[in-house]
Amino acid sequence: MFDNPALLKAIFGRLTLESLPLHEPIVVATFIVVALGGIALVGALTYFKLWGYLWREWFTSVDHKRIGVMYMVLGIVMLLRGFSDAIMMRLQQAMAFGGSEGYLNSHHYDQIFTAHGVIMIFFVAMPLVTGLMNFVVPLQIGARDVSFPFLNNFSFWMTVGGAVIVMMSLFVGEFARTGWLAYPPLSGIGYSPDVGVDYYIWALQVAGVGTLLSGVNLVCTIVKMRAPGMTMMRMPIFTWTALCTNVLIVAAFPVLTAVLALLALDRYIGTNFFTNDFGGNPMMYVNLIWIWGHPEVYILILPAFGIFSEVTSAFCGKRLFGYTSMVYATIVITILSYLVWLHHFFTMGSGASVNSFFGITTMIISIPTGAKIFNWLFTMYRGRIRFELPMMWTVAFMLTFVVGGMTGVLLAVPPADFVLHNSLFLVAHFHNVIIGGVLFGLFAGISYWFPKAFGFRLDPFWGKMSFWFWVVGFWFAFMPLYMLGLMGVTRRLRTFEDPLLQIWFIIAAFGAFLILLGIVSFLIQIFVSVRRREQLRDDTGDPWDGRTLEWATSSPPPVYNFAFTPVVHDLDAWADMKKRGYQRPLTGFRDIHMPRNTGAGVILAGLSVVLAVALIWYIWWLAIVSFVALIGYAIAHTFNYSRDFHIPSSDVARVEDERTRLLAAEGQAG
Amino acid sequence: MAHADTVIDDTIFHLEDDHGHAESGSSTMLGFWIYLMSDCLIFAMLFAVYGVLGGNYAAGPAPKDLFDLPLVALNTTMLLLSSITYGFAMLEMAKGRVRPMQVWLVITGLFGLAFLGIELYEFAHFIHEGATPQRSGFLSSFFTLVGTHGLHVTFGLVWLVVLMVQVSRHGLIAANQRRLMCLSMFWHFLDVIWIGVFTFVYLMGMLR
Repeated sequence: MFDNPALLKAIFGRLTLESLPLHEPIVVATFIVVALGGIALVGALTYFKLWGYLWREWFTSVDHKRIGVMYMVLGIVMLLRGFSDAIMMRLQQAMAFGGSEGYLNSHHYDQIFTAHGVIMIFFVAMPLVTGLMNFVVPLQIGARDVSFPFLNNFSFWMTVGGAVIVMMSLFVGEFARTGWLAYPPLSGIGYSPDVGVDYYIWALQVAGVGTLLSGVNLVCTIVKMRAPGMTMMRMPIFTWTALCTNVLIVAAFPVLTAVLALLALDRYIGTNFFTNDFGGNPMMYVNLIWIWGHPEVYILILPAFGIFSEVTSAFCGKRLFGYTSMVYATIVITILSYLVWLHHFFTMGSGASVNSFFGITTMIISIPTGAKIFNWLFTMYRGRIRFELPMMWTVAFMLTFVVGGMTGVLLAVPPADFVLHNSLFLVAHFHNVIIGGVLFGLFAGISYWFPKAFGFRLDPFWGKMSFWFWVVGFWFAFMPLYMLGLMGVTRRLRTFEDPLLQIWFIIAAFGAFLILLGIVSFLIQIFVSVRRREQLRDDTGDPWDGRTLEWATSSPPPVYNFAFTPVVHDLDAWADMKKRGYQRPLTGFRDIHMPRNTGAGVILAGLSVVLAVALIWYIWWLAIVSFVALIGYAIAHTFNYSRDFHIPSSDVARVEDERTRLLAAEGQAG
Repeated sequence: MAHADTVIDDTIFHLEDDHGHAESGSSTMLGFWIYLMSDCLIFAMLFAVYGVLGGNYAAGPAPKDLFDLPLVALNTTMLLLSSITYGFAMLEMAKGRVRPMQVWLVITGLFGLAFLGIELYEFAHFIHEGATPQRSGFLSSFFTLVGTHGLHVTFGLVWLVVLMVQVSRHGLIAANQRRLMCLSMFWHFLDVIWIGVFTFVYLMGMLR
């Protein structure tokens, strides 16, 4: 029966043994390493009998804190993959001079730069940002969970599903060779007949559902579930930036969903949206995807701005300078982010008037952003600055990000952009703002809120190692790219002719190596901190002398966050409570109504992955089966009405008494 | 629900009497409303795409060659009537009368089915005449915009049936009322979108 090609095609679609990239030694070696690592991990989990614990306490959890932590783990794991791609590119470009082909063939190299961009944006930056918002926002607004706890779990697993699909493309078939936004006609079926672009489309569609729903969820949470007394203008600034970011998500991701659906229609049934003939228009794709893509940039950076605001205020021991202007700057950026998309393709040739409009709106964004920088500087001015790790990241951000912002304004000038479009100058610019802004912010946030999540601090020595390697590495890796871009070198090149350029690429590769040491130090930092957790423990729940409500509860917070809903009188609610001698209530606890855990999110996301894989490989029977199963299971899930339970007051009392004891012990020791 | 509007004693830092987890219907309504707006953006995009490609016939059929306005008028009537009957169902729900509500829901569903049937007939007719989605940019964007709306109606019908089963099992409990409200918003939303389709695609298409 295996000799019958028609039958095999009906069963496996276009999936054949040749789809496995056995002819690529690098991929095979990677697969072996990943497989061994995976087997070791599965073996360890089985040996220590952790599967049941993970399933009950984590995978099926609807607790926003646990979901937040899982998002962070996903982001860090995918960072390793995305960075492997980066260092492979740097190595290739440093080698491929003077007739040398380097060590990557073009088929592989093109997949790597595509995967690097896709993974870093969708599966590193997005999960890390969403994870922090998920963990912090309900605590900051004095809520017990998000508005829709089950939806939160489902969103997370859809994001994981997208990541699984991208990872699968490494070992079965191939990934897109189109660049991270997959412009047609290159991404059309004529020029990319293989599965690569289909992997791209379905990974982003599956993950996109999760992102959109988590956006709806967090907007609702912030609007509806704030503690009494917390008016909009008393919201912590991180919550404000989270609100704006999630509004952007809700208003931008549908565009991505729709544009990718249209690309899929072009590829699957032969419509003519983005084709060259029969009335299609490829530039429409470029416009549409950047209408999503530019707000996406602010989806990532706004929460980072929020983190820097929280950190600056906490580590300078004073109220944030210019809170109101900070809020309005955030809102202005939110709105302006929709009016600049065309600056990504001034070279389209839309004419001087259109280009001027978008150039000017782009430059205007630097005004609210500059206001923010001044607010942070004035917060530091005459503050009692403590240079703990989060503050160090913040200072490094301010120095680095300003450079990235200035090159951004430079690129906003259309005539200059005509020279620099698609050059390494652009690559240096957006890495400058994404690493120097988003990533530094995430590291600041991780080291700031880690003690809240786990009850012990991160080890400062390895944190500082990571910090210095990252910061110095960043400057070494990307300043040469600015130079190369000014000299006219375009992006995504695999080999080079001019030997005079090589030194710059070698310096950049050295910078990437320093960043590698930064990532390794970060992993060591986590490992060392877990080992030394008793020395690093914090029983107060408030290790940094924080100012917002998340520091009012224990570390890690109990599942219900707050035994009593806090009442807010001031902007920095917890600082106000401490100043006015707030006494924690020790009696009178009540039953607490909480949502119940459920495995439905894992199952729905799993079925979505099966559906996506079936569509990618044209396995039509499996697509139909999994689609029916998906809809059927979703309907069956709605028949479950018993979704919450009560934590008895005796349990609450026990947890709170334990905290009382720890606080008393801490008071005697201190 | 945020209690920002209540006057608060300056010395109180926590609520003694807690309402527990805020699983109130208003949160769901807001969430569903926000979801609808994001769905609206998908349609906005499809309208924009139709606006760009709608005149690209690629030497193929144009709206005047294809559209049958009386048929579309009938179709529109079906959908508008289904919105009215859904409204009647909601009025019965407010009075707590399960049986009349279910009857109105059935009628709503039948109108929805009629709408879908006419739409499918129209599509089949176009395809039979060679006006397939692959024929031109105009037809690609036409089929996608109208078809996406049709898919939404199909989804709404499935949802309607599921809700009718759930109401017959559990009655008009709070959770079911909330779900009926959500479907109501969804159904009327599709009506609004159809008004846009009717105007911009069919009526203005005949003027081109």
